[in-house]
Amino acid sequence: MGSNMAECHPVGFQWVMEAKARGARVIHVDPRFTRTSALADTFVALRAGSDIAFLGAIVNHILTTGREFREYVAAYTNASAIISEDYEDTEDLDGLFSGWDPETQTYDPTSWQYAGMPAAPSAGTKESSPQGEAHGYGSKLEGAEPPATDPTLEHPRCVFQILKRHFARYTPELVEEVCGVPKARFLEVAEALCDNSNRERTSAICYAVGWTQHTVGVQYIRTAAIIQLLLGNMGRPGGGILALRGHASIQGSTDIPTLYNILPGYMPMPHAARHGTLDDYIAANTAPAGFWGHADAYFISLLKAWWGDAATADNDYCYDYLPFITGDHSSYRTIVDMADGKVPGFFVLGQNPAVGSANGKLHRAALAELEWLVVRDLVEIETATFWKDGPEIDTGELRTADIGTEVFFLPAAAHTEKDGSFTQTQRMLQWHHKAVEPEGDCRSELWFYWHLGRIIREKLAGSTDARDRPVLDLAWDYPLLGQTGEPDAEAVLREINGVGPDGRTVGGYTELKADGSTACGCWIYSGCYADEVNQPARRKPASEQDRVALEWGWAWPANRRILYNRASADPSGRPWSERKRLVWWDGDAQRWTGHDVPDFVIDKPPDYEPPEGAEAEHALRGDEPFIMQTDGKGWLFVPSGLVDGPLPTHYEPHESPFSNPLYAQQANPARQTYRRRDNRYNNGNGAVDYPFVMTTYRLTEHHTAGGMSRFLARLSELQPEMFCEVSPALAAERGLVNGGWATITSARSAIEARVLVTERVKPLRVQGRDLHQVGLPYHWGWKGLSTGDAANDLFPLALDPNVHIQEVKAATCDIAPGRRARA
Amino acid sequence: MTRMGFFTDTSICIGCKACEVACKEWNDVPDDGLNFLGTSYDNTGALGADTWRHVAFVERPRGGSAPPSSPPVNGQDAGSSPAADALDTGSAGVRWLMSSDVCKHCTHAACLDVCPTGALFRTEFDTVVVQQDVCNGCGYCVPACPFGVIDKRESDGRVWKCTLCYDRLKSDMTPACAKACPTQSIQFGPLDELRDRAAGRLGVLREAGVSEAHLYGADDNDGVGGFGAFFLLLDAPEVYGLPPDPVVTTRDLPRMWRAAAGAALALVGAVAAACARPR
Repeated sequence: MGSNMAECHPVGFQWVMEAKARGARVIHVDPRFTRTSALADTFVALRAGSDIAFLGAIVNHILTTGREFREYVAAYTNASAIISEDYEDTEDLDGLFSGWDPETQTYDPTSWQYAGMPAAPSAGTKESSPQGEAHGYGSKLEGAEPPATDPTLEHPRCVFQILKRHFARYTPELVEEVCGVPKARFLEVAEALCDNSNRERTSAICYAVGWTQHTVGVQYIRTAAIIQLLLGNMGRPGGGILALRGHASIQGSTDIPTLYNILPGYMPMPHAARHGTLDDYIAANTAPAGFWGHADAYFISLLKAWWGDAATADNDYCYDYLPFITGDHSSYRTIVDMADGKVPGFFVLGQNPAVGSANGKLHRAALAELEWLVVRDLVEIETATFWKDGPEIDTGELRTADIGTEVFFLPAAAHTEKDGSFTQTQRMLQWHHKAVEPEGDCRSELWFYWHLGRIIREKLAGSTDARDRPVLDLAWDYPLLGQTGEPDAEAVLREINGVGPDGRTVGGYTELKADGSTACGCWIYSGCYADEVNQPARRKPASEQDRVALEWGWAWPANRRILYNRASADPSGRPWSERKRLVWWDGDAQRWTGHDVPDFVIDKPPDYEPPEGAEAEHALRGDEPFIMQTDGKGWLFVPSGLVDGPLPTHYEPHESPFSNPLYAQQANPARQTYRRRDNRYNNGNGAVDYPFVMTTYRLTEHHTAGGMSRFLARLSELQPEMFCEVSPALAAERGLVNGGWATITSARSAIEARVLVTERVKPLRVQGRDLHQVGLPYHWGWKGLSTGDAANDLFPLALDPNVHIQEVKAATCDIAPGRRARA
Repeated sequence: MTRMGFFTDTSICIGCKACEVACKEWNDVPDDGLNFLGTSYDNTGALGADTWRHVAFVERPRGGSAPPSSPPVNGQDAGSSPAADALDTGSAGVRWLMSSDVCKHCTHAACLDVCPTGALFRTEFDTVVVQQDVCNGCGYCVPACPFGVIDKRESDGRVWKCTLCYDRLKSDMTPACAKACPTQSIQFGPLDELRDRAAGRLGVLREAGVSEAHLYGADDNDGVGGFGAFFLLLDAPEVYGLPPDPVVTTRDLPRMWRAAAGAALALVGAVAAACARPR
């Protein structure tokens, strides 16, 4: 669900086909019948933006038919935890949870806590920022175990009972009404999932941006997490929730982040109001139990990696050299500020926001307000030329002569032209070697940033200004290779792995210290250069190792291939079944062993009880597999860390032609919106003005916003023009002709597209009427061999409040035959 | 040498077109025009001088008429079939068939038969290849092909088609399309092995209830003596735009020549007789 794996991840989909050939049943639930649906055993069409109703009904089905994996749920999840008596559910408050402040439009999560446990301050990050900015890992509790539990799961305020009540109205009938999925079809899927999830069998759920790009995106994935925990599908082979990432190393770009609010390894960026000193930061982010109990060692080792000898205990390891955040500095917030003239300069790398981000028109207007813009790409993309050939130049809304933005376009090297690593969806790092030298002035990102730093440091040399110290004191000393002075990528990987007091690479994050004696660029990657060997470069063939293939590449953490795999054994350490054995306790050797690297303290016996005063991982029992959580449990209910509620709830998309049949609260109350003239919403009489639901997606033939595909003949000829997909019924209703033109309009803009009429798109019966959905691939812009209007121009900035992701998977539109009006 | 070939198993094709791109990359085939065809996801159209692999996309509603985006081939509509029932348990009531077409490298190759220059030849791998430095562009081979595969490139006047990556085979490498295929829908190998594998796969599908799955071009007794590149299809060949009963177009030539020779002989005899008659 939320994924079109065959089209967007065809190389990964070969393994789905392999599984199918071995007897796996493949179920695809999606608004459209895609190339994935064509290969699936079962396809279910649902309305875009209604997935929580569908998934929530599966939760309800599991609970009402007693299909949960009871032993697993009781032992490994927080089902038995008793929640604060101040907690009120969306069932009590008509779509709101307790703690809602209508004035600030935010939640105070105090009442969501375990009964008797003080709320963790790190979760309540909203006081200084109305939209909140999510904590790095977001799950810290003030104590280890929940103070009150009911192992029988009968207490009315225990998580299990709250869960039952919360989802009680998510019935097959509701699915039919909200999602447009016939009852029988829903039950077929729910039963298939339950039948295939037990001691002997496991089920996996794959998702992609079809789930994340919603104003309730994080809660979509949370619903899947609840299902997989109830069915015992986490930490076991063949189970899990697989996030299919959109680019080759998007996983890597959050591990070692390009995000404003986290540091490498999911450590939070210091906040100016709360983390003034190193001690404040360490105190706020060190958990009493679990492996976040060593946050000080991870963090100080990071500072040592960045500032080297300059970082000492006396200067708090250069803590105050870090940038501090003061609120929401996410991508869309920055663009809105840019449009208001508050942002002078902008670097764009590996991105094409002029056509690739929601509300392209707002982006182009914002770029025109910059003083300077740096674009590094393989080709001259739209973001680099909006000032001379953008749609607003055509219409006269912008005049080149009036745009003061100085644009620097710098040619980038492709992945084949540089060494480096990709981190894929399984958290596996794989090294790629340079095949050819980049042509002309093309250079790698590593080259660009290292030499930019070198030049800035040369210009600042001799400065006595304190504000220049963070740059001047950086450890900036990678070996340079070849005539172009390319920094050695393996030296960077080695720094990421970390080194000990002897200057040799450490074997893993458990060797890191908080005393400044170790340096490590990203604690979760520690071990990737163990024994001074580039572990991601390992390519031992499958034929020479077992099926877990631990010697192909390297997966974080500690080369574990399945996270939380302690859960593949029962509380006493025995595999749940012979068929699904992965990791188990060897009583003779007094160690955990198995096919995978055990994701557990290797010699902690299953019956281990933490002694009084135990800390970090030693404060977790021997039967608590979720070792990154403060209580060692899988969380059905999230007492801390989310800004829009402890349980997923069906809300309509920000723009929807339907009202929410479950609650008076129509959409996610905490969603992030920008009510501005240049970001209009259709919130009024949507069903009349914009009666159809539109959704964006990718095609196999192109890559995201097109920079890597629209400029190549061999890909462009395969999908040469922007098109929209509509059902024959909608085509008949609106007079659309296959192969002709259509104009699609929203409250923001109008675009034109060629029409593809197809039986693969069908109207759905929702709330008693036929709903038409319009499919829009988003690859196009005005440059390259294959050109067309940008689908993203139609979509607004309306964001998930946890992660600030745009809702481009469901909004409202109208469609008419013919081309759009021109100036 | 062993006859080498392709087995294209369309039941696991995901329509990614990696074969089309890999073929063009390796063989340096130019683009075939950037044309939005409105035929499902197929904007290539057909095999030709500039397209040596072509992925067909066929949308088949169950019952009723075909959608506008994929008009039924030859005016036929397979309608509901046991195969369709087995493969589409979905609610969409639609099947989406994908199949990567290629030169068949026929046992009895008419293109080769009619080539007057010897540019077309049978290689040591029992494949059929055009030698571009010999081809004179006469074009006799174009109408000779029963599949419409071989085609003249207007820009240079010569004919072009799949070589089964003759250059790669000579270096013991897998052809580019098979190498790039992520699901092993395109399999390359000794033809005997491929036929065994295909028979096994067919058995598995039939057992799973896909009764209409069948092999196309795996029979030595068909009109072209079997294909070097054969297929597993999930519907009638004509649904994919393939001839149901291809025949080598030179099959009747000997008989025709015999008839012509007979007629010529008769004519010569008649003339001779006329000339020999005493005046």
